[in-house]
This record gives sequence, C-alpha cells and structure tokens, in this order.
Amino acid sequence: MEHTPPPFFKRGPAPLVRLFFFASLSLALLVLDARFRYADSLRNMLALVAYPLQRGATAPIEFFGAVGTYFSTQAQLVEDNATLRAKTLELAQNAQRYEAAEAETAQLRRLIGATEKIEVKATPAEVLYAGRDPFSHKVFINLGANQGVKPGSPVTDEAGLVGQVTRVHPLISEVTLLTDQDQAIPVQVVRTGLRAVAFGAGPSGMLELRLMAANAEIQNGDRLVTSGIDGTYPAGLPVATVVRIERDAEHSFARVVSKPAGGVDRGRYVLVLSDESARPPRPETTPQGKDRRADKARRARTKDKGKEGDGSQ
Amino acid sequence: MALSSPEHILRPARVSTIALSLAIALFLNFLPWPDMRLAPDFVALVLTFWCVRQPRLVGLGAAWTVGLLVDAGNGVLLGQHALAYSLLAFLSIWLSRRILWFGAILQALHVAIMLAIVQTLVLVVRIAAGDPFPGWEIYISPAVAALLWPMASWLLLMPQRRLEKEQTI
Repeated sequence: MEHTPPPFFKRGPAPLVRLFFFASLSLALLVLDARFRYADSLRNMLALVAYPLQRGATAPIEFFGAVGTYFSTQAQLVEDNATLRAKTLELAQNAQRYEAAEAETAQLRRLIGATEKIEVKATPAEVLYAGRDPFSHKVFINLGANQGVKPGSPVTDEAGLVGQVTRVHPLISEVTLLTDQDQAIPVQVVRTGLRAVAFGAGPSGMLELRLMAANAEIQNGDRLVTSGIDGTYPAGLPVATVVRIERDAEHSFARVVSKPAGGVDRGRYVLVLSDESARPPRPETTPQGKDRRADKARRARTKDKGKEGDGSQ
Repeated sequence: MALSSPEHILRPARVSTIALSLAIALFLNFLPWPDMRLAPDFVALVLTFWCVRQPRLVGLGAAWTVGLLVDAGNGVLLGQHALAYSLLAFLSIWLSRRILWFGAILQALHVAIMLAIVQTLVLVVRIAAGDPFPGWEIYISPAVAALLWPMASWLLLMPQRRLEKEQTI
C-alpha cells in the first residue's frame, strides 16, 4: 500500500467513464432479464454463490427454534399429544368418508366416460426467507431443481393455496405469493359455481376478482376454490373468502375483495404440488408480428377462394 | 469526532477485512426481516463506507459485482441493485474527501441523501419495468441506514485502529 505511487500518478479511467460503463452494463442486463429472460443461467450461478449466506442467515433462527422446542415443558407436550390425538381421530373419520366418496366419484366418472381425476403429489418444503423487495411478494423455499421442483407448480399450506413456483434454482426456488400484483388464479365460487379470475392486490395482502359483472351472484363470506380449468392448479384447492363487494352504478363491473385462505404471509412449512400426468398439448398461440400479418393475408386469400367457389356454384 | 480527526494514524486497510465485512453485510441483508421496507440495506451502507474510506481499493467494479449477488439472492430484476450500487459507489468516491471532512452526524446526513438518491433510482427502474408504486415507506430504509452510520463506521474502522501502546512509540 505504502509503496504504490500516489494516486495522481496512477489512475484508471475517470470515475464518470466507469459509472457510464457499469450503468450501461446494468441497463443491458435489466433489459435482457425483464424482456427476454436470457439471464437465467447467470442468475442461477449467482444464486448458488449467495446460497451459503442465505442458509447461514436463517440458521440462527432455526437454532433458537430448536432450543425453544427442546425446553418446552412436559405438560405442554402431553396436552399437545392429547389434542393431536383427538384431531387425528376426527380426521380419520373424515378420511374414511372421503375415501368412500372418492370411490363413488370415480365410479360415476367411469359411468359418464369422463377422464379419471389426476393424482397430485405433494412435497413438503420449508420457507427460507422472504425476498427483500418491497415491489413484489415472493418467498424462497428450500427445494430446487435438484429435488425435482418444476416452475409453475402450485404451492399450498394446510389451509389453502399460497402461491406458485416461478423460478427454480439448483437448490432453492422462488415462490410468487397469491397477493403479488402479477399473479392470477382461475377460481370458482363454491356456492354458485361461478367462475372468475383472482388477481393479487399488492401491499394490502388481499385478492381481487376483476371483470365481475355488477349483477354477478356473489356475496360476502363466499368461499373461492381453484377451478382447475387452466391445467396448472388442481381443482378444488381453497383460495380465499370474499370479504367486501363494491357495486358502483358508474362502473359496469363489481369490485370483489377477498382474503386469502392460506397463510400467505405467515407459516414456515408449505407443500409443493406436482402432477406427473400428461396434459393435452396447448392450442397454438396466435403468431406475432410479421407472421401474424402473413397469416392474416393467407386467411383472407382462402376466404376469397371460398367466395369464388360459392360464386361458381 | 475522533474517527475523522487525523490524530490517529490508521493501519492500511486489508482486502480480506473489506471482503469479510461485505460478506457479513450480505448475510445481514438475507436475514428474514419482518418488514423489508424498514430494514436498512447493510450492503449499501458497508459499500458506502469503503468507497468513502478506500476509494482506490473498492470502486465501481466491486459495487457492481456485489449488486449482482444481491439481485440474484433476492430474486429481483437482475441488474437493478448493480446499477444502484454503481451509482452509490460513484457518489461516494466523488464526495469522499468532502464527507471525511465532517463529523459523524453530518457524515450520516450525506449518507442519507446518497442512499435516498439510490433508492429513487431503484424505484424508477422498477416502475419502468411495470411494477406498482410500493408507498413512501421505502424511504425509511435509507434513513435507518444513515442512523446506523456512526456505529457502522466505528465498527468497520476497528481492525485498522492501533493499540494505545503502539501509538505512543
């Protein structure tokens, strides 16, 4: 340090030039990441570098939790055991009824020739930490591509849907919560069977049903479950309960606010659902830009041909 | 303030100390904070400190790299913190002579302003990317970080301080 020449002799490029260089590099990355998602391999690599620090950061909390459970009293354990046993009994009865009902449903489905319901596999996972980003609602879980998590899998807890896996790194995955502004789930009202799409309402921690007709049959306290028509979420998962409906004569749509059923912003253990069944292929998407125009032209031509055919007859 | 006065001749900073402090700051950032809008950005604070104190060791390149790590670790837009930290490093290096002239409280004020500018840059980037405005609470985090500045600079200068005995020789 002392033997290097003084700073006015040895200088790299001027700070402003460097700032310009790094700023343009960042902007290029931003555009690549936001628009084209090209930067995912780089992101995976960096996430792997940051992984030990992240695990380290959650370790003390796990440690204190473990110490706390170690010192929990005998009486409390006995009490917990008793309540859990009672609950198991209750659930066992429910399970028996459920099994019977499921068998009956399967039989009925076979009778009407519908495809059998898909089996869903659930993998327990632990929430590591919430993303440090006030703009979005995301958490990270301790399962990644190495454990077989796939992007798009729904994530639930014991009470209902929590979110969806949006990005998978080798060791951890990112789950976007229901309340995120960009998250949309197809839902169904249990009482009436009305279908709708629920969007995250951002910081308020609520869900919003958009584009509901003002006279739609929905009321406070209605339970919303996944409708399962998108092929991503299995049908019948509890999503939310309607808490407020604003019907305004000025707008043709009602604003329906609902509260998530699952512990979206609390709870540490979640289930990642995955189904291995093969789905029918997606219908072809509308071609973009040039292709679309070409397609339109082609379609117009075929239409003309059709007309000519009609004329000749 | 004793820290900024030239009566203590400090030891040269070691690169290992800088790397370790940045790692600890990253670790603190990854802690599960109850409200992310109020938690200070420790990485930004430590980066500012080293850019002000050691502008020749820590510069825009280091800031950019650390920013990328923060981006990937938090699952936000890749390049968002890299851009913000590059600007922060530039501002710190540009103002380093001026900042060191002041006492701890005025230094903290400078840091608060720089961190607020950087927070605004992040805000602009995210809104341009199509995110909604998260509320003015996000400016609490730079203020909290600036309040931590005197303590952080005392802690970070610890490895460089000489013992009393050494100074008398």
